[in-house]
Amino acid sequence: MSAPAFVRSASAPDLPPPVPTAGPMTFVRRRLFAGPAATVFTLLAIAFLIWAAPPVARFLFVDAVWSAPDGGACRAPGAGACWAYIWRKAPYFVYGSYPLDARWRVDIVLAVGAALIAWLAARRAPGRAIAAALLFVAYPICAVVLLYGQAGLGLPVVPTDLWGGVLVTLIMAISGIVLSLPAGVLLALGRRSKLPIVRALSVGFIEVIRGVPMITVLFMANLMLPLFVPESWSPDRLLRPLIGVALFASAYMAEVVRGGLQAIPNGQFEGAMALGLTYPQRMRLVILPQALTIVIPGIVNSFIALFKDTTLVAIVGIFDFLRTVDTARLDPQWAGPTITATGYVFAALFYFVFCFGMSRYSIAMERDLARGVSN
Amino acid sequence: MPHFAVLLAAAALIGAASAASAGPTLDQIKKRGILVCGSNPGIAGFALPDDKGLWSGFDIDFCRAIAATIFNDPTKVRFVPLSAKDRFTALQSGEIDVLSRNTTWTQSREVGQGFEFGPVTYYDGQGFMVRRKLNVSSALELSGATICVQQGTTTELNLADFFRSHEMKYDPVVFATADEAIKNYDSGRCDAFTTDMSQLYSERTKLGNPEDHVILPDIVSKEPLGPVVRQGDDQWFNLVKWTHYAMTNAEELGVASKNVDDKLKDPNPEIKRLLGSEGNFGDGLGLTADWAYRIIKLVGNYGEVFDRNLGEGSKLKIKRGANALWTKNGLQYSPPIR
Amino acid sequence: MSAQTGGAAARPRIWNDPFWRGLMLQGALLAAVVALTWFVAGNAVDNMHKRNIPTDFAFWSNPASFDISQTLIPYSATSPNSQVFWVGLLNTLLVAALGVILATLLGFAAGAARLSASWLVARLAGFYIEGVRNVPLLLQIIFWYNVVLAALPDPRGAVALGGVVFLTKRGLFLAAPVARPGFSAVWIALGVGMAATFAFRAFAARRQRETGMSAPVGAVAAALIVAFPLIVYVAAGQPLDFDIPKLRGFNFVGGMKLSPEFAALLFALTLYTGAFIAEIVRSGILAVAKGQSEAAAALGLRPAQTRKLIVMPQAMRVIVPPLINQYLNLTKNSTLAVAIGYPDLFNVFAGTTLNNTGAAVQIVFMTMAVYLIISLVTSGVMNAYNARMSPRER
Repeated sequence: MSAPAFVRSASAPDLPPPVPTAGPMTFVRRRLFAGPAATVFTLLAIAFLIWAAPPVARFLFVDAVWSAPDGGACRAPGAGACWAYIWRKAPYFVYGSYPLDARWRVDIVLAVGAALIAWLAARRAPGRAIAAALLFVAYPICAVVLLYGQAGLGLPVVPTDLWGGVLVTLIMAISGIVLSLPAGVLLALGRRSKLPIVRALSVGFIEVIRGVPMITVLFMANLMLPLFVPESWSPDRLLRPLIGVALFASAYMAEVVRGGLQAIPNGQFEGAMALGLTYPQRMRLVILPQALTIVIPGIVNSFIALFKDTTLVAIVGIFDFLRTVDTARLDPQWAGPTITATGYVFAALFYFVFCFGMSRYSIAMERDLARGVSN
Repeated sequence: MPHFAVLLAAAALIGAASAASAGPTLDQIKKRGILVCGSNPGIAGFALPDDKGLWSGFDIDFCRAIAATIFNDPTKVRFVPLSAKDRFTALQSGEIDVLSRNTTWTQSREVGQGFEFGPVTYYDGQGFMVRRKLNVSSALELSGATICVQQGTTTELNLADFFRSHEMKYDPVVFATADEAIKNYDSGRCDAFTTDMSQLYSERTKLGNPEDHVILPDIVSKEPLGPVVRQGDDQWFNLVKWTHYAMTNAEELGVASKNVDDKLKDPNPEIKRLLGSEGNFGDGLGLTADWAYRIIKLVGNYGEVFDRNLGEGSKLKIKRGANALWTKNGLQYSPPIR
Repeated sequence: MSAQTGGAAARPRIWNDPFWRGLMLQGALLAAVVALTWFVAGNAVDNMHKRNIPTDFAFWSNPASFDISQTLIPYSATSPNSQVFWVGLLNTLLVAALGVILATLLGFAAGAARLSASWLVARLAGFYIEGVRNVPLLLQIIFWYNVVLAALPDPRGAVALGGVVFLTKRGLFLAAPVARPGFSAVWIALGVGMAATFAFRAFAARRQRETGMSAPVGAVAAALIVAFPLIVYVAAGQPLDFDIPKLRGFNFVGGMKLSPEFAALLFALTLYTGAFIAEIVRSGILAVAKGQSEAAAALGLRPAQTRKLIVMPQAMRVIVPPLINQYLNLTKNSTLAVAIGYPDLFNVFAGTTLNNTGAAVQIVFMTMAVYLIISLVTSGVMNAYNARMSPRER
């Protein structure tokens, strides 16, 4: 009785081991040299890096001047980035011409602001509503009093044309967002209102502002605001672009909020109405809490855009951070091509750290929202 | 000198009383307690803040003189640095009380834009600076050159006129501030840099190696520089005008900050009227009788101010030239106080 | 049976009636807006009168009396201010148009690179996109202008590329083509080629709809638009001269010149907008469901065909609206020219002319109106496109 033919009598040869799916070689094979096109591109990229990376690294680190009393060392041939200059000018970059003996006031404002924002931004911190209330209501008032001064409190007045640097950049960005959020909510509600005049006015404002370059809005605020009010009310030099920034940001914020409102299912509106809530109650208790939660990433993104856009106030004569960097290079003591370049590189790093950090935060936020984590 | 103190107090009282009838600008300044003066953001000799934000310069001293006569304190003035583009709107909008920022007096600015130009504090003219190695000796050789110029200035308009009238071609490169223009000239973006002569001298000191640059002898325009105020407040305009005249009269009469207290006893009736010991010429200005004394004591006469900011006492070493007194073949001629 | 709804008691109070309440609210709002406008206009007229600011448009025909470095239409210092407006507008449109083209090319390339199979290329593209997007445009513009272009040599030491391109800190000088008589034949050939391509495309599309057969549209187009005019050009005896820039006096003379201001602005706008477009392209491609390309592969389409016929047509629907938005942003951002002195509309008209004439209100509103019109026209076109392209449900 022979065994049936289909029964194997000897074991089959071993299959080759599976291709490893981990380890550096796999990575090289699958992510760098998968197929001819990818190989060519990878080789081109390597060539680019070999060409570009060493000079950049040499400029930024190896040949850099880390400390020097003046620009002489940085003007020497072959000198790289002049970090000594950044170090020397740092106070000017942060405070502008704010008087030396009053800079502690700026420090307090910046520190408290940072603490409040950290509290608000920490995604699982307790009492974030309190933080929001403090940040949006109490903090701005206290900050203005502290920065501007109040003779009655023994704080000498520091006129706003002495303010500058990071201080002004942050003032512009934060007050822009604080003012534009309520204005944007109102405009968004107006745009979705059933009342034709309310809707027309909201749409008109939003579309006009969004249709023109920001610099024209700033120009209008700067040149024409003083013409639009009685002479005695003529707004402060810093306040004018601030109003321009707020107007501009409101229109964009309105569109962000409108996106949130549109995402709320109709049932929510109808349910709230069926409960007999009035329009303000419906919005305050039912719709806006949901809509605003959805658009938090959008709000962070508009803040990033606003933060970058604040650099435009430099064009209307405000000494924001970028303007101080651009002005500092005119100091004959520190004149030189690499010094200028260092100033700009430093400014770029500053904006990058802020904006990139916020955009990462916004992405994390979005992920949380998608998972349904309550905040 | 208790007698003098009483006199001062009385004068202050009169001043306070007359304040009620003073013009709106002066009233506002007194109420505010500080003069707001539009200045150049930075031009050596005329207006320059130091590291601590303390301003100095020829145009700055003019504002200090006004502050001195109003408040008896030359530090009671806030300087608003303005670009050439911003300066007129700042004055129009009432943001500043007076513009003392090397501003050229022209017909259209005075008639068309509603400004009132005070007396000429500095007679200037537009010139060109080029690199020495170009071997250019006259502005007429600049055909085809690239020229850096500041936007929104008469300089820009004169430049166009000059090249048009000589049928030469050029490439204008226009910058919002003088600093940017000079920086770009220095970096080689332009062959020549043009602005008022006084400013050329001042900018040259800021260049890496001043000796590498020459200022061409041609003067292509008239640039009478002076303080500017808004039309419509004659009393304020008078105060600004007479601040300058007091300073030139003082120089003419040999009254300076160092000797002004001695000169109070001088029998010369012109000096008596200037220093307020005879007559009350401050009244019509909304000020006290010793209005000019305060200017001379706290800021100085015209010659002193010129010398310490622009002339031999400064880095710029600009000659008085057209800005000498009329008695010394210059153009500074002021009406008498009487 | 009683008409219980008729009684006055059942009628809501007037302030509880949504209709009347809405009417009153709107009336109040309208009154507030009118009052505000009245207040503002009154103050403006008052203030402008007091300060002798012109309120009419007399400035429009007055001579400008300043020179502009880059003019696409005839202009001199004796031209009226209206000519300044047109010169500036054309300069704006020039930099915007070139910027849009270059940013689109760069953006699509970078967006594709971001999704490249090569990890290194994807990382480099990501590095570019994140780096550029998170730094203010103004900073980038002044960086290119004050650091990179200022580092180029003087005209005397110009970097010459092939004897036809000269890089200096005064600008880029290029050999300029000058047509000899007979060159018009090349233009005609180009026109014919384009018309033929258009016709062929329509034919190929219809044939594909009806028979499923595809045609090499790209190759035919290249032959018609590039090769055909080239043949005509050679046949006509190469009727084209090149005006090569020469160093004379202070500077290069002749040829075409790109000023450093223009180059820096164009470069920065392209890089900045390109990064945003790259993100749009990437998300557009990712928005096409994976099943689509898998199904295409199952049908036997090659990867290139899948990209061209399946993925991109669907991705474009997602890409185009934000893309147009970026074009608008680029146009609006070109106003930052003012920071480096490129003579765009905002710089020469709302800058120099405003300063010389004092007519602030008229000029600022005119300038805003120009950008607003550009925006409205573009969004009108985009809405029409969206309506046409929205997927037809079957």
